[in-house]
Amino acid sequence: MSQLAQTCAITDLDQAVDEALARHGGDSTRLLQILIRAQERLDWLPPRAVTRIAAALGLSRARVEGVVGFYSFLHARSVGRYRVLFADNIVEEMQGAPALMRRLCERLWIEPGKVSEDGLVSVDATSCIGMGDQGPSALVNGVTITGLDEERIDAISELIREQISLESWPREFFAVDDNIRRRDILLNDRLAPGEALRRAVAIGGGALLAQVKTANLRGRGGAGFSTAQKWEFCREAPAQGGGRVVVCNADEGEPGTFKDRVLLTSFADHVFEGMTLAALAIGASKGFLYLRGEYRYLRDHLEQVLERRRAERLLGNGILGAPGFDFDIDIHLGAGAYICGEESALIESLEGKRGTPRIRPPFPVTHGYLGQPTSVNNVETLALVPIIAARGGEWFAQIGTKLSTGTKLLSVSGDCAAPGVYEFPFGVTIAEVLEACGAMDTQGVQLGGAAGMTLAPHEFGRRVAFEDAPTAGALMVFDGSRDMFAVARNFVRFFAHESCGFCTPCRVGTALLRDCLDKLQQGNGSPLDLVEIERLDRVLQTTSHCGLGQAAANPVLDGFRNFRAAYDRRMLHREFQPAFNLDAALARARQLTGRDDASAHFPERRS
Amino acid sequence: MTSAPKLRIATTSLAGCFGCHTSFLDIDERLLDLVEVVEFDRSPFTDIKHCGPCDIGIIEGGVCNAENVHVLREFRDNCKVLVAIGACAINGGLPAERNHLDLQDILIEVYQTGPSLDAEHAQIPNDPELPLLLDKVRPIREVVQVDYFLDGCPPSGDAIWKFLTDLLAGKTPSLPYPLRHFD
Amino acid sequence: MSKTFLLDGRPVPFEDGQSVLAAARKAGHYIPHLCWYGHFPPHGSCKLCVVKIGARHVSACATPAREGLEAESEIPEILDTRRELLAMLFAEGNHFCPSCEKSGNCQLQALAYDLQLLAPIHNRFFPDRPVDASHPDILLDFNRCIFCELCVRASRDVDGKDIFALSERGIDKHLVVKAESGRLGDTDIALSDLAANICPVGVILHKRQGFAVPIGSRIYDAAPISELDLADEEASK
Repeated sequence: MSQLAQTCAITDLDQAVDEALARHGGDSTRLLQILIRAQERLDWLPPRAVTRIAAALGLSRARVEGVVGFYSFLHARSVGRYRVLFADNIVEEMQGAPALMRRLCERLWIEPGKVSEDGLVSVDATSCIGMGDQGPSALVNGVTITGLDEERIDAISELIREQISLESWPREFFAVDDNIRRRDILLNDRLAPGEALRRAVAIGGGALLAQVKTANLRGRGGAGFSTAQKWEFCREAPAQGGGRVVVCNADEGEPGTFKDRVLLTSFADHVFEGMTLAALAIGASKGFLYLRGEYRYLRDHLEQVLERRRAERLLGNGILGAPGFDFDIDIHLGAGAYICGEESALIESLEGKRGTPRIRPPFPVTHGYLGQPTSVNNVETLALVPIIAARGGEWFAQIGTKLSTGTKLLSVSGDCAAPGVYEFPFGVTIAEVLEACGAMDTQGVQLGGAAGMTLAPHEFGRRVAFEDAPTAGALMVFDGSRDMFAVARNFVRFFAHESCGFCTPCRVGTALLRDCLDKLQQGNGSPLDLVEIERLDRVLQTTSHCGLGQAAANPVLDGFRNFRAAYDRRMLHREFQPAFNLDAALARARQLTGRDDASAHFPERRS
Repeated sequence: MTSAPKLRIATTSLAGCFGCHTSFLDIDERLLDLVEVVEFDRSPFTDIKHCGPCDIGIIEGGVCNAENVHVLREFRDNCKVLVAIGACAINGGLPAERNHLDLQDILIEVYQTGPSLDAEHAQIPNDPELPLLLDKVRPIREVVQVDYFLDGCPPSGDAIWKFLTDLLAGKTPSLPYPLRHFD
Repeated sequence: MSKTFLLDGRPVPFEDGQSVLAAARKAGHYIPHLCWYGHFPPHGSCKLCVVKIGARHVSACATPAREGLEAESEIPEILDTRRELLAMLFAEGNHFCPSCEKSGNCQLQALAYDLQLLAPIHNRFFPDRPVDASHPDILLDFNRCIFCELCVRASRDVDGKDIFALSERGIDKHLVVKAESGRLGDTDIALSDLAANICPVGVILHKRQGFAVPIGSRIYDAAPISELDLADEEASK
C-alpha cells in the first residue's frame, strides 16, 4: 500500500470510529453498541480502532479487547468483506446445511473458517439464528437469509464473486415468514396500541400489578417465576439516582426457538406496551429491549414502532398525559452470545461488558442495570401483559392449568409437515402438538431447546406446563430416521461454543464433554467413556455458575435414559481406546520423511 | 515352610530420561528387601528385551514415537497392573513441551538448519529402522489404560518405596504429605 | 451471643455480611479456594470452595452466612468434586511442574497435594499459548493461567492501572494486556504492583528469580496449604 493510501485508510478508520462514538454520546456503558456500529463501517475492528475507542471512553484497552473477543460477531481480525455464517443447529443440519456450506466454500475456493486470500469472503458456522422453521438459513454480514438451497447458494456465490453489495441482492432471499400455525389469546389479539395502557393509567400501577398477580402470569423464558412477584420486588427495592429499569429479554438464543421473532415482527406494539405497563407497575423510567444480534434485520422496524409510539404519547415524558409517567425504550443489540439470555449476563452486556453472569444474590430486581432495581422479562411475557391489563387477571387465570395460566407459544421445527409458531393453552400434551404440526413416526422431541429435555414416545403424554414439562417454547421433532446421538452431540457442541468460560466446570467441562462425544462419533468409544461422561455430567450439573453449564449435560443424560441404543451402538470396543487416531498421529512424520513402510504405520488393533 | 511365589515386575523408560529408574535405585539397601518378594522381567535392570506375563509394569516417560507405543502396548498386554511413574509418563513432561511446535519446524531445525549443520546436505533421517515421531507427545494414559500414578520428577526413592510396599501389600498406594511431589 | 451456622456439624460464628468461606476461615476451618482473596469482593469462578447446603452445591465464597445454615464441606462427594475441578484446571493449561518457577509455591499444585489429586483424570488440551518476555522485569507465561482474574482485579482496583483483562470465551478464554502491541513490555506495570505479585500460579513471574529457593524449603514443601492459609488468617488478626 502506498503511503497516501495508508494515510487515507487511517483517516477513514478514525472517522468511522468517531462517528460510532458520537452516535452513542461517548458513553462507556454503550461500548458494545459502539463496537457494533464501528464494525458495521469497518467490517472488523482493527487494533487501532480498539485503541481509539478505549481512549475516547476512558477505558483500559484490555477491557475493550476483552469485550471484542467475547462476542462471536465482533472481529479482532479481518473476516472478509462478505461473511457468511450458516446456522448449525441440529434442525438445520437435518435440512442439509452442512452440504450447502461445503458447496458455497467450493464455489468460492475457500475453507470454512478461513478468509479468502484476496480478503473478499469467509464462510463459517454460527449457533441457531432463530429460523428453524424456514431453514437452512444463514447470516450474510449480519443479515438473515432463509430458505437456502443449492440454487440460492450458487446465486450467492456469484453475487459475492461479483462483489454486488448486499442492498442489491434479490429481496426474496431476505424474506422471513411468520409461519403462525395456531392462534389463541395472544396471536388473535386485536388490541389497538395504547388501549391497554389507557385503562392501566386509569386504574394505576398498583391495581395493574394486582391484575397481573391475579392472572398468575409466570415468566415465559422457561423458569416460570411469578411476574407480579418480580415486579413487586423491583417496585419495593430502593432506587437511587438512576431509577428503576425494565428490560425486555429479546436475546432469543435457545436453539430451536423463534416465537419471539414472530412477536417482534407482528406484535411489537404488544411487547412495547407490555414494557410500558411494567414500567407503570414498578415505577421505572428507563427501558431496554436487548435484541439478539441475529435479529438485527428487525431493528429498523422496531425503531419505527418506537417512533410511532412516541408520537402517539405512548412513550416519553407524561405518557398519555399522566403526570410523572415518564418512560422510554432503547434498543440494544447483542453480538452473538447465547449466555446473554441469562438475565444477569444480559445486564452486564447492556452495561457494555463481557456477558458474564453475576454472582447472585444480589438479584437484578434489587441491583441490576448500573446497580438499579431491574426487571428482566421475556418478550412473550411482556406481550401478554396488555391483554391482561385489558381483559383482567381473572379472565386470564381461567386459561391453561391452575399453576400455568394462559397460553404458550411453541416454536415447532424439525420433522413435521407444518413447522412454525403454535399458540396453545398451557396443559397441551406433546402428542397433541405433534398431531397439530403433522409429525409422523416421531422418535423423540427436544422440548425447551438444547438446555431442555429430550422426550421419548412414552413421554408424549406429558403436558406443556411449569408443573410438568416446562419450556421456553422450542419443540424440535425427530422422526425414526434420525440419530439421537447426533442430536445430543450437536447440543453439546453448542454449549461448548457458547460457554462464557467464567467458571471452571463449564469452561473445561463443556469442552471435555464435547471431546468425549467426538471420540464416540469417531468410533473410539468404550464403556470407560460412559463413566467419564457421567462424571462430567455430575460436575457440570452441580457446580456450574449458571444455567448454561448446569444444563449442558441434559442432552446426554436424557440420551442415556431414553435413547441408550444410540450410545451403545457407538461402544465399538470393550476396552480402553485412545481419543485420537494413533496412525493419523504419524501422518505428519510420514510426510516429512517420505516413508510409507510397514513400521511407518500402526496395525489395526481389536478389543 | 514355602515362601509365596515372587511377584514379577517389568519396567521401562519411553520418552523419559531414566531419572525415575535412577531414583528407583535410590531405595538403596531396601532393594535387597524388595528382591526377596519380587523378581524383575523386562527392565533396564535386567536387560531382558521383551516383557512376559507380569504382575506389575512400571512405565517411565511419555509417548513420543511409534516404538514407545509398541513397548507400551506390550506392557499393557502383559502386566496385570500398570503404573505410570514420573511427570513425563503422567502428563508428557518436558518432552511434551514440544507440543505447541509443528513437527516440521522441529525436524528442520534439528537436522537441517541448526547451528553446525550443513544445511545443503543434511536431511531429515528416513531410515525404516528409526521410529517415526508422533505429532504430539502423549501421557501414557492417553494411549493405554493405566491403573496407578506416581508423580514426581523424579519421585524420590522414599516415595517409590512407600508406593511399592503399599502395592505389594495389596493396598491402594497412599503417600504422606511431604512425599507428594509433581517436581 | 453471636450468630452461628454449622459447617460439617461444627458451629461457626459469623457477622452479618460475612460469607460462609470467610467466617469459616476466621473460625479456623479451611475451605479450599483459588480465586478468593480476602481484600477483594468474592469472584466465584474457580468453584473450589463448593460446599453443599441441603441438596444444593454453592460457592462458599459467594454465599452469605446466615443463622441456622448447615454446610457440608469435608464429605466424600464434595472432596471428589473439588478434585474433579482441580483436574480440569490441570487439563486445560500446560502445567509442567518440573519446569515451572512457581513449583513449590504454587497454590494449584499445593491444593492438588492437599486434596490428593495425585493422578490425572482428563486428557490434556495442550493449548498453544506463547509466553510474553517483552517486559524487562516480568515474564508472562500464559500456559499456567487458571482465570482467577486476581491480576485483573488487583490492577484495576488497587494499582489503578487496568493492565490485564480476559478476552474470548469458553475454553479459548485468555489473558490480554492493555498495550495495542499486546506486549506487557509496552505497559506501565511495575514489579511493586499488586498485580505483579498476586498470581497464585506461575503466570506472572519476576524475572531472574526462578528456582531461587531449593526444593524442600519452598512454601508448600513441608506444610499443606490448608494449614498455611489458616496461619495467614491467624497472623492477620
